[in-house]
Parts: sequence; structure tokens; C-alpha cells
Amino acid sequence: MTATTTATAAALALGDDALVLSHRLGEWAGHAPVLEEEVALANIALDLLGQARVLLSMAGDEDELAYLREERAFRNLQLVEQPNGDFAHTIARQLYFSTHQHLLYARLATGDGPFAGLAAKAVKEVAYHRDHAEQWTLRLGDGTDLSHQRMQRACDALWRFTGEMFQPVEGLDIDTEDMNAAWLESVGDVLRRATLTVPDGPQSGAWTAGAGRQGLHTEPFGRMLAEMQHLHRSHPGASW
Amino acid sequence: MTNTDWPLWEVFVRSRRGLSHTHAGSLHAPDAEFALRNARDLYTRRGEGVSIWVVPSTAITASSPDEKDPFFEPAADKPYRHPTFYEIPEGVKHL
Amino acid sequence: MATAAAHQPARTQQHGAHDGTAGATGTEDAHQRAFDAAVAADERIEPRDWMPDAYRATLVRQIAQHAHSEIIGMQPEANWITRAPSLRRKAILMAKVQDEAGHGLYLYSAAETLGTGRDELLDKLHTGRQKYSSIFNYPTLTWADVGAIGWLVDGAAITNQVPLCRCSYGPYARAMIRICKEESFHQRQGYELLLALSRGTPEQHAMAQDAVDRWWWPSLMMFGPPDDESAHSAQSMDWKIKRHSNDELRQRFVDICVPQAESLGLTLPDPDLRWNEERGHHDFGPIDWTEFKEVLKGNGPCNEQRITQRRRAHDEGAWVREAAAAYAAKHSTAAGHGETGVEQA
Repeated sequence: MTATTTATAAALALGDDALVLSHRLGEWAGHAPVLEEEVALANIALDLLGQARVLLSMAGDEDELAYLREERAFRNLQLVEQPNGDFAHTIARQLYFSTHQHLLYARLATGDGPFAGLAAKAVKEVAYHRDHAEQWTLRLGDGTDLSHQRMQRACDALWRFTGEMFQPVEGLDIDTEDMNAAWLESVGDVLRRATLTVPDGPQSGAWTAGAGRQGLHTEPFGRMLAEMQHLHRSHPGASW
Repeated sequence: MTNTDWPLWEVFVRSRRGLSHTHAGSLHAPDAEFALRNARDLYTRRGEGVSIWVVPSTAITASSPDEKDPFFEPAADKPYRHPTFYEIPEGVKHL
Repeated sequence: MATAAAHQPARTQQHGAHDGTAGATGTEDAHQRAFDAAVAADERIEPRDWMPDAYRATLVRQIAQHAHSEIIGMQPEANWITRAPSLRRKAILMAKVQDEAGHGLYLYSAAETLGTGRDELLDKLHTGRQKYSSIFNYPTLTWADVGAIGWLVDGAAITNQVPLCRCSYGPYARAMIRICKEESFHQRQGYELLLALSRGTPEQHAMAQDAVDRWWWPSLMMFGPPDDESAHSAQSMDWKIKRHSNDELRQRFVDICVPQAESLGLTLPDPDLRWNEERGHHDFGPIDWTEFKEVLKGNGPCNEQRITQRRRAHDEGAWVREAAAAYAAKHSTAAGHGETGVEQA
């Protein structure tokens, strides 16, 4: 692969992560547990959508890529496509992903690759996302018995999707093993302070290891795309 | 459900460096950390601020139950504290 | 000097030890005179000023209804966030729905300065004891409805709200100033959205026309019943909570919309709509107030759905709010810790 095509592949991978997670967070609108959280979740979703638009535009036309690709052509992690579940699941997904994204963008920002500019801006946004997830993890983990149970269950359920974040991505010059270690330390620290147990299962299974990046997704993702793409596809060639 | 009433916080925002913090409004939050974060999301999402203070509403001591109060009347009858009190001949500059 | 929370209204404070004179009739009269004089002089009434009970009650009712409208109003538009047909439109819509949550928060805060907490107001909304604007009981059936809501519903709301920036009650007026400033983008994005559809494919144009056909009359109803049937209008005008009558604002809105519709290339669904040279205004056809009353009574297409979703979000969020409160109680070092200020970059 040439430098351009590998950069395009990486832009798609990172852009799809941001797009899909933004979409999932957008599903919370009107359903959040407290009004202040409507505002906070929308802020995060908007940051991610902004990142997605820059990244997808590096790879082509943002709308064509978002609305006209089939499920198997999406390169996002399976983690970000997981349904919102209860608020604990959303927060666990946020904690896992934003910690990863923060480590990744911090590394990309210091390099001189095609993503340095975007990463330098986005790393500040993501620092806030990570902080939001940490604050909520602490409160749900160390809140009531019920919230503790739910938060633990969510952390356990999503654990097997975390290994995929540390598979090498074509076009990104990153020491993923080093990043996984940093991630485990950071997430482990938050979970312990939240009186939660760090899940002890494997970070990936036969199906999840690097699968999203290869275009293999989970069932809920197809439905998500059907909803997201239906209007755009119903009016071929129209502009909005 | 008795335990869900989050306390009220007053939010003060510095809109840019060189200006003082000004009261922007109030919000509910379970604790100071979240009060700050909620204030950031609610009162500065269009870039309206560079710094935020949050204060529990109950921690504010007010001068009196009435906004129009004798407490401030003494200050109203000392016009000599204001520069406009003094007549200066026309044409005198830098004063 | 009284020590009291800034938000506690005068009425509750009069029970405090600092005020031995409250309740005496002479004082009440003097208070009433001071209040009347302040309103007459176009001064603002502030939270801890004395105010007539009925003024307070009217404000709580109106501000609460306004706040409820903002948060229920998120639903019909949020209905399209996941289906927005371009990423640009998706970002705009998400930011708009977020603003509505923010506006709800500003308004609940304003109501709170009158001594009524948000929990109590939400409870009244959830149990049907307080209302929200009937317009949100209509469904958003197509993408064009997002545009029609921005142009017509937000347009009507702005027409109503701009005068509220000069409302006699300070915290409400200040909330409205902030809201009006932020709302200006809401109406423009709606108009721009409809314009793109109107100038798009024949299917898109038809979609836009259909949405305007469905939203026009309900938008006119947003100004409330005709002046001679409006229960609260006269008193609210005297108190300068309200500055213009329902019919006056409705007429202003119609006059604004007619040329805007022409520029859009869309028609307004009223055969009686025409310029009246003599009046200097547009005449328009009769409004179906039976429909308005039915929707108000709870028989609109979405009344049940809207309130059910709101209640479910609140109930399903209870454990989250409880957890945060429990955590704060366990780690109650927050207030007075000296770490409550943060400098942002």
C-alpha cells in the first residue's frame, strides 16, 4: 500500500469510531437520567461528530462514506457500536474508549504524521470525555449498592471488546502494546478508586480480535446503520 | 425517592482575562466537581468563558431579604464620591 | 443584616428572626405600594423583593410551563437525530436539541428563585398538573418537519419571547435574554433546511410543503386563545409579565411569515390569507379552536407518548441520581474545600 492509501485506511478507522460512538450518544437525547446529562452527553457527541467529519473528509466525501457504505465496509471498533444499554453501560463504554482515544491522540499529536493537527485539537476534547467518564464511574461504582452492581456488570460485559483497541492499525505508527499497558493502568486505577473489580477475563475473543477493523461487526450495528442511512439513501443524489 | 435532590449551585463565569467573574445563573449538581463540569457544559458551550467558580447557594450570605434596602441608602447620598459631582471648566483635559 | 441563601424568596424569610415586622397589615400595604411603583416605573422585581402571592403564582406557572415546553420539545426533534440525512445537519440538530435542554435548565433555575424546586415542578409535569406547549403534541413525520419546527414553531416562540426579555421579573427576563440570543440560530437553521428541500428534488419540495401545511395552523395556536377568551392576559399585562396581547403577537407573526414563505417557494395553507391595505396587516382565516382545546385536554396525537417518555427517562434515571447523591454524601468534602474554581485554557 502507498502512504496515501494507508493514511486513508487509518482515517476511516478513526473516523468510523468517532462517527459511530457519536451516533450512539445521540440516541440518548431526550432519555438522559438528568437534564444536566442531556447537555453533557450531547457535548461529547458533538465533539466526536466533529472529529469524524474531519477524518472522513481526509478519506473522501464525508456523507458518501457515512451514508452509502455497507456494514462490512465500516472499520470502527466493535466496542463503539455496542448499544447504549443502561447508563452504566454507556459510561463503561465511554471510560474504555475515551481512555484509549486520549492515549492514541496524545501520541499522534506529538508525531508529524497526517493526523498530528487533528489529534492536537481533539486530545483536549477527549481529555474532557475521559474525565466525564471517570467522574461517573466513581459515582456509580462507589454510590449505592444498586449502582455498584450495575457498573460492575457493565464493565464486565464490555471488557471483551477492549482488546481490539490495541490491534495495530495500518497507517498508524503506534506502539500498541505500550499503549495497552498504559490503558490498563489508567482504567485499572479508576475502577479501583470506584471500588470496582478490574474484569479478569480476556480482552478479546475469537470473534472480537481485530474484527471491527476488518469489517466484521455485531448484530446491533446493522440496525443502527439502517436507521442512520435510510433517509439519505431514499433520495439518491439529493442534497440536504 | 428522597435522596435524589441535588443541591443548588451559583455559577460565576469570567468571560475573558482581565474581567471579573460575573454571576451567570445556577444549576443542580451532586457535588462541587460535577457543579463545575455542568457549569462548563451549560454556561460556556459557546465559548462564553475562560474560568468558572461554583458556590453552593446556601453558602451565600445576602445583605437583606429586600433588594431595596436601607443597607445601601447611606451610599446613595454621597454624590461627592462620583467624578460627575465636580464641575470642571470646559476645555480642561485629562481630568 | 440577614444571613440567607440568595435564592430564598422574601416570603419564607419573613419567618426568620431578623424580621419582626412581617405580616403587619401596614407593612403589607407599604410593600404593595412599593411593588406597584416598581412595576409602574419599569423596574425589575428581584427574587427577595416582596411580591403579591398571585404575581408569584402566575410567574411560577408561566416559567414552569415554559421550562416544561423546552424539555418536552426536545422529543419531536430528537426523533430525527439518528436519521439526519447529512453529517452537517446531524451536528446542527444535535446542537439545537442540546440547547433546548439548556434552556429548560435556565428556566427551572429562574422558577427556583421563586421558591419552587425543580423536582417539584418536574413532578407536576409528570403527573399532568402542569402543562407544556401543545405544539409538541404533534408528531414529526418527515425530515422536513425539523425545518418547519425551526422556521414556524421557533419563529412563533421567538415572537412570543422577545418581549419577555423585558418582563418585570428579573431572573425570568435574564433567562429570556440568554435564550433569545441562542435561539436565533434555531430559526435560521430551520429556514435554511426548508429552503434546501424546496429547491431540491420534486420529492423534497413536496416533503417541505407537506410539513408547512401541517405545522402552520398549530403554530398560530401557540399564541394562545383570542384576547377576549384569554384567562390570564389582562392581569399579566398589568404586571408587565406580558407586554403584548395574544392576537397582537399572532398578527405580527403572520405578517413576518408571509414574505418568508414566498422566498421559500412554499405556500401557507390558508385560502383567506391576503394583504389588507386598510389595516396594514394580513388578514387570515379562522383558527380551529376546537382542535386547540382537544390537544390541550390531552387528546392530541402525541400527548400520551411525550409524557410517557419523559416519565420513563426520569424514573429510569432515578438510580443514577441516587448514586451521585450517595457518593457526594460519602465524600462530602466538596463545599468550602477551596478547590471549586477552575481555569480553562
